[in-house]
Amino acid sequence: MKVAILQFPGTNCEYDTQHAFESLGATTEIIWHKSETIPSDTNLLVVAGGFSYGDYLRSGAIAKFSPVMKAVQEYAQKGGKVLGICNGFQVLTESGLLPGALKRNDGLHFISKHHHLKVENNDNIFLEELHNGDVVNIPIAHHDGNYYINDAGLEQLKANNQILLTYTDAEGNAQNPNGSVASIAGVCNKEKNVFGLMPHPERAMEVILGSDDGKAMLQGFMKSC
Amino acid sequence: MITAIVNVSLKAGVLDSQGKAVHHALDSLHFNGVEDVRVGKQIVLKINTTDKEQAMKDVEKMCEEILANTVIEDYSIELV
Repeated sequence: MKVAILQFPGTNCEYDTQHAFESLGATTEIIWHKSETIPSDTNLLVVAGGFSYGDYLRSGAIAKFSPVMKAVQEYAQKGGKVLGICNGFQVLTESGLLPGALKRNDGLHFISKHHHLKVENNDNIFLEELHNGDVVNIPIAHHDGNYYINDAGLEQLKANNQILLTYTDAEGNAQNPNGSVASIAGVCNKEKNVFGLMPHPERAMEVILGSDDGKAMLQGFMKSC
Repeated sequence: MITAIVNVSLKAGVLDSQGKAVHHALDSLHFNGVEDVRVGKQIVLKINTTDKEQAMKDVEKMCEEILANTVIEDYSIELV
């Protein structure tokens, strides 16, 4: 299992992501954004979190024009598996690889804390290790995590089981930290090979650090690749 | 030289949290009668051409591709 992890100027979660996947037994490679190709043996491509290009203009807006993104588009179109975490999710929505957009949090604050999430649809490789309705505890750390999609788009997400995770309390009741439409924390594309979420599963790998619920999430990729 | 002034703001119907916060602050300062506040951004481009038509076309393309995210934002262009 080979995980390629993208690194833009301002990315800051690439080493956490590398550590998380390596702890599950994967081999990893960090790919600088100037690269025009991604390794041919890549099983999973991760767009890691951080603040690519300082979030200038809009989060993820400038990263989508980095040379490597053309290769990412081609990889995804061929069915390659892509996971965007936090800023990576923003890059994927800006690139059109995932539907919707991420706006400034409703409360206008940067939110950094553990948050419970409910698994909405596990009929995909990312969440297949979990059950629908499971509640996981995963850190969030974002300023622009307010997921927006119009009504027609939301209906499509629901109809195709593209909503992966929603923000909830510990019992699984909706609890919305940032104003996201339908409390959405993560979505996938219709083909279910491109995944994006604002929370950080790679930061939930050790009980001593608050939670290891991220393991079961990332494990899904390990099994399928 | 043509100057293009691009205004980008959230679409009508997309909640503008910053606008709401500013509206709230204006209320606190007793500026009554403000019906609605929308916060946007202005991008000023100096373009090395005298062809207004071409400049407009170019700036529209810039807006569609990068300056605005048309999923959530509208833009307007003024050439001066």
